[in-house]
Order: sequence, then structure tokens, then C-alpha cells
Amino acid sequence: MGELLWIFVSALLINNFTLAYFLGICPFLGVSGRLETALRLGLANIFVMLITAVCAWGLNTFILPYAPYLRLISFIIVIASTVQFVEMAVKKLSPELFKALGIFLPLITTNCAILGLALFSTNKGYGLLEGLVYALGAGGGVTLALVLLASIREETELMDIPKLIKGVALNLIIAGILSMAFMGFAGLFSAG
Amino acid sequence: MNKPIETSRTAEEFLKGLWRENPVFVAVLGMCPVLAVTNTAINSLAMGLATLFVLIFSSLLVSTFRNVIPKQVRITAFIIIIATFVTVVDFALAALAPDIHKELGAFIALIVVNCLILGRQEAFASKNPIGLALADATGMGLGFVFALFCLGALREILGSGTLFNFPLFGEGFEPWVIMILPPGGFFTLGFLLLFINWLQNRRQKQQTASMN
Repeated sequence: MGELLWIFVSALLINNFTLAYFLGICPFLGVSGRLETALRLGLANIFVMLITAVCAWGLNTFILPYAPYLRLISFIIVIASTVQFVEMAVKKLSPELFKALGIFLPLITTNCAILGLALFSTNKGYGLLEGLVYALGAGGGVTLALVLLASIREETELMDIPKLIKGVALNLIIAGILSMAFMGFAGLFSAG
Repeated sequence: MNKPIETSRTAEEFLKGLWRENPVFVAVLGMCPVLAVTNTAINSLAMGLATLFVLIFSSLLVSTFRNVIPKQVRITAFIIIIATFVTVVDFALAALAPDIHKELGAFIALIVVNCLILGRQEAFASKNPIGLALADATGMGLGFVFALFCLGALREILGSGTLFNFPLFGEGFEPWVIMILPPGGFFTLGFLLLFINWLQNRRQKQQTASMN
């Protein structure tokens, strides 16, 4: 139990996918303009990551021992098609959920955070349960970073900022400060 | 008559990626590797060259088969082509330069989802003949290498006081450690983009001034 908690907190805060590993930066900078969209994107991310964890575990256990060189290709194809399939199923079964996740579901599939999750959990040798917890932590971390950046960006809209720095440059510097703040979590466990 | 126009078009497609439409500084594409592996000049150069290789060969292949690939499944086809070349790079680096491969880790594999590469296939290679696609891919790839190298060199100089592991400042230098840690990546790129904005702004002002 303790180890699972450690995996979760580590992925959520200490090794935050966005702020420490720089995965999923494109949507992080692109879609973080409004708080609500950011939250939905984050939720869709958690959703896809959980599916990915199951896919990665299945591939690692049943197929890849026989053909290790197919790792990348099989990961990306299986993940993309599963997400596509799940998207259709969700649309049929729960239109509300589908509406909430919206366009982000298919877009996220080619997000580097998803493939990164599959690769990292393979490298760390996680089993199914550990992989799922890791996915939950990583997805939560991405959501946290997105929501934080979006809230700060909504505030900066009203501020009097020099025209030159507006846009991507400002967002990157805000992200840098956020990332610095998250570095503080590194001491969380060694102390206790 | 046709020849010079052809050549200048090819040169144009090649040159635009280097500065005017630079994938990192202007289009802000492929951010993950840009920030993640640029803590030393060597790492960023290796990453840039790996991406350049994948970009050139995928563009060549996509351009060759552009009339054969059905439109509906083109993205999947592109991804499979890209993933194949990334696998090649991954294994080649593991065999030739195990140290660098270890440092870059999963980020070599993550070249697959670099939006720069997929973006060039979709926007250019799938619509243009092989020569132009090659020029475009080389230009964009070199632009990417250039941008990565700028960031890597800056961060290594500030963060460890070295360049390619040669000490630059002597004993008295206190390294600015934050620059080689994750926040430094965000800061360096942010300030570089700010500098480029300033350059472009100044050029625009000069142009309007000379027009009046």
C-alpha cells in the first residue's frame, strides 16, 4: 500500500509530467487560456492515460517479449486505435461524458505525455495495478499543472503587461516559476 | 527557363526553416525535447541530429508514396513510417553511443510524437515532390538543431560554466544550477523568445520608418 501511495505522489508532484519531465507541453501552452477548457483537457488526459496503462501492460506481458523491436510502433498504434474505439463507445453510452471531454479525446492520443507514460512505466517494470496508479498520478499531475497555469493566465489577461512579452514568452516564464515551486516537493518524502 | 525557378524554389524551401519559419523560435513546435534534453550542449546536439535524421528519411518516404497512401489513413501511415525510423535511431544510438543514449533515455523514443515531424509530413511532404520535400525537411531539421543547440549551449554555460565539458570561466565561477534543472529550460526558452520578439519588432519599426 505504501509503495502504491509513493508511486502516486511521486508522479503527481515530485516528478510532475509537465513541469519536471516536459511532457505534453504543446497543449500545456496552447489550451491553457481558459480554466474550464484546461480542466476538461486534464480530465481527458487522465482518462486516456488509464487506458494507456492497461494497453501498455497487455503489450508488455503478451507480445513484446517475442518482438522487442516493435515496442514503439505497437505502443502508438494500439493506444491510438483503443482511444478511438473507446471514444465511439463513450459517445454511444454516455453522451454527457463525451460532451465534457469533447475534441480533446482524439487530440490527446498523439500527446507525448501518453507515449511517455507507456515508456516510463515499461522502463520501471510496473505491473498492472502499479501502472494504473502511476497513470492516475501522472494524469492528475498534468491536470494540476494545466489548471494552475490557466488560472494564472486568466489573471494576467487583466494586467498591464508590455506588449513585447505577451504570448508564449510570458507563459514559458510563468511555467518556469511554477516548475521552480514544484521542485520544493522533492524534499517531501526524505524528510518524513 | 524552368531550371532557375526550380532551383530558387528549392533553395527557398530549404532556407525558410532555418530562421524565418524556424520550428522552435517562430512556430513553437516540438517543445518536449526542446526543453527536456537541452541541459548540455552535447545532449541537445545529439537530440537535434536524431530528429534531423528521422525528419529527412520520413519526408523522403512519405513524399515517395504520397500518391499511394489513401487519404483516410494517412496520419496512421505517417506515424508508422516515423516510428520505424525512430526505432532505427534508438537502436543505432544504443549501439554507437551508449552514454548519450542513457542520458536521453525515453526522449529518443518520444521523437515519434514530436509534432514538428508529423506537421511537416502533413503540411509539406505529402503534397510535394521528393526534391522539395528533402529541401524542406533538411531546412526545418537544421533549424531545429540550431535552436536546440542555442538552448543547450546557453544552459550549459550558465548552469555549469562549461561548454562541451570544457570549463570556461576558471575557478571563481559559481554555477547557476537552476539553469540545468527543469525550471531553467522554461526560463531560457522564454527569454530567447522574448529576444526574438524584440528583434522582429525592431525590424518592423525600421520598415515602417523607411516607408514613411
